Amino acid sequence: MDSMRKWGLGAALAAVGVLSVASIAFAQNEKPPAPQPATASQKAEEENPEPPRQSWSFAGPLGVFDQGQLQRGYKVYREVCSNCHSMQMLSFRNLADPGGPHFSEAQVKALAASFQIKDGPNDAGEMFDRPGRPSDKFPWNFANAQAARAALGGALPPDMSVLAKARTYERGVPWFIFDIFTQYQEEGVDYISALLNGYTQTPAGVTLAPGQYYNVYFPGHKIGMPPPLSDGQVAYTDGAPATVQQYSRDVSAFLMWAAEPKFEERKALGLRVMIFLVVFAVLLYFTKRRIWARVHEDAHA
Amino acid sequence: MSSNATYIPKSALGRWFESRLPVMGLIHSSFIDYPTPRNLNYWWTFGGILSFMLGAQILTGIVLAMHYTPETSLAFGSIEHIMRDVNYGWLIRFLHSNGASMFFIAVYIHIFRGMYYGSYKSPREVLWILGVIILLLMMATAFMGYVLPWGQMSFWGAKVITSLFGAIPAIGQAITTWLWGGYSVDDPTLNRFFSLHYLLPFMIAGVVVLHVWALHVVGQNNPTGIEVKNIDKDTVRFTPYATAKDAVGLACFLIFYMWFVFYIPDFLGHADNYVEANPLQTPPHIVPEWYFLPFYAILRAIPSKLLGVVALFGSIAVLAFLPWLDTSLVRSGRFRPVFRVFFWVFVAVAVGLGYLGSKPPEGGYVIAARLLTVYYFAHFFIILPIVGWLETPLPIPASIAEAVLPQGGSAATIGGRAAAEPSTKG
Repeated sequence: MDSMRKWGLGAALAAVGVLSVASIAFAQNEKPPAPQPATASQKAEEENPEPPRQSWSFAGPLGVFDQGQLQRGYKVYREVCSNCHSMQMLSFRNLADPGGPHFSEAQVKALAASFQIKDGPNDAGEMFDRPGRPSDKFPWNFANAQAARAALGGALPPDMSVLAKARTYERGVPWFIFDIFTQYQEEGVDYISALLNGYTQTPAGVTLAPGQYYNVYFPGHKIGMPPPLSDGQVAYTDGAPATVQQYSRDVSAFLMWAAEPKFEERKALGLRVMIFLVVFAVLLYFTKRRIWARVHEDAHA
Repeated sequence: MSSNATYIPKSALGRWFESRLPVMGLIHSSFIDYPTPRNLNYWWTFGGILSFMLGAQILTGIVLAMHYTPETSLAFGSIEHIMRDVNYGWLIRFLHSNGASMFFIAVYIHIFRGMYYGSYKSPREVLWILGVIILLLMMATAFMGYVLPWGQMSFWGAKVITSLFGAIPAIGQAITTWLWGGYSVDDPTLNRFFSLHYLLPFMIAGVVVLHVWALHVVGQNNPTGIEVKNIDKDTVRFTPYATAKDAVGLACFLIFYMWFVFYIPDFLGHADNYVEANPLQTPPHIVPEWYFLPFYAILRAIPSKLLGVVALFGSIAVLAFLPWLDTSLVRSGRFRPVFRVFFWVFVAVAVGLGYLGSKPPEGGYVIAARLLTVYYFAHFFIILPIVGWLETPLPIPASIAEAVLPQGGSAATIGGRAAAEPSTKG
């Protein structure tokens, strides 16, 4: 009789769910479909294979970081990425935080001290270098963005602080709806990890400008970053394989943590909140039924 | 309907105060003694959910404002400072950013509920129009709030939307410059958006007071659309009945809300907004937040910029005229078999426009968006008036009690007893 009621929550969630959630996810970083017949090279530029979906220890409602992986990832970041990329939002002290790489305080202190940090001005009005302290932000190899561009052939490497959240790929219909329920939120790390493994031979018909490299996962395929990783480049001490694939996984996980250092805390608190709310809602429901029973009983007497 | 005559304070101090400022009596008559139709379903719990969301957004927003810096070179970093260094800053920020989406989910359900059950019809026109004003204020607030993190989508979204005013003939450019506080979206823009983003929620709260006031003058609609004829038979007291039902609805809504906050907090946002605003680099795709997508699709469907802007605002303003565009004398969609079909088609069209709003404005998407835009307006200006005239409604029960109670007339008196019972305990 009353379709609004009959369809109940299903219709509501379908309507609002789609209206709400739906459209959004499409919006994320998608490539426009080619309306007119595209030339071969245009087509090659627009085709981006979907990054392979990987299994991460931090996925899902109970996800936690693999501490060893974060420590290895930091090593890759420090020895490779940080040569060009900044990571302005992080301080050395963050590396000792629980839910992160969780180095010991002494390790972080020694690590920070191994960097020279510009400080000042001092009493004489001069800037000076001093050994780093845990409270210092990660320093950058370049004085400013212009210096980085000048040194790196014109391309500015993006800051890595929230990079894992700033990158994604299109999920499309209907996957983005399933993502709500499966909690798939690792598009960024899947993409970064794929990108680091995505350097291939330049296909015929594609011309690269000097300082450009071909990467199958990069939008447009012409990336300014040279292949950063090679097998055996970073020495691991915990027996993990010293391969590009392992490096890229480890550094991607590290970037996920760096993008949200309270990640583990969020999921842990979330579980407690959800359990509480479900119990609370059930109790409220039975309370409501009991209150309304007075009205219904008399009505059906 | 609302009267505070039933409220007699128990203590001497209470009586002393009540005779000087009868605020407790007002609360009592509005939220305890207030008669609500006995047949309200869970779609009616969204009013309470929306009140909760407004309070939650104001509360989390006040805390965020303590740590946020509205300056173009610092804003992006201050959000990350909140995420990393403020105690539970990540939680407050995710509650607020996802709260905006939840607010819109709830308000769209609330509006569709009103449209289905004819809640805008006489005597609730002013109540409905106040609701449309709240929606407009919410949109302005949400838009300015999304600019504050100063990411790429914040900046370019602000640029696109404020540029719309440039479509106004002759004075458009001057208005845009005035809105920006300069010749581009820049520091003055961010500062005023922050100021207004803090102000508007309190204006919303003010209009909500009027909305609730108007509601309590004309009384709630209900799924049958039949007016309350006998308070004893047709209604139950707000507390405990409606309160208990609202609490269940709110708790379920919170589960949904917290799922997003704790598990997929960035799902409803754009990855691009984790890139700091850069006026020199346009993102490949500029798209507004999901709750604006249907209107964005309407804007882009129209080839003329000026007419597009008119259609954009018209698509929201038309809601205010709904009480006079719907010619049916029957309120509830429950008794309107033809309207019911068109209602669900309209919902599908709105969702479809949302989908198209997320797509690039080219090829088949533009054609589809134009067709759906025409349908959107046709629903209000053609379908609703004509269906109201031609449709034969289903038989309508004599009263709410008769509609919900099994044995017609005799049951109505039993229902009357049921409703009367709790009030004797009050």
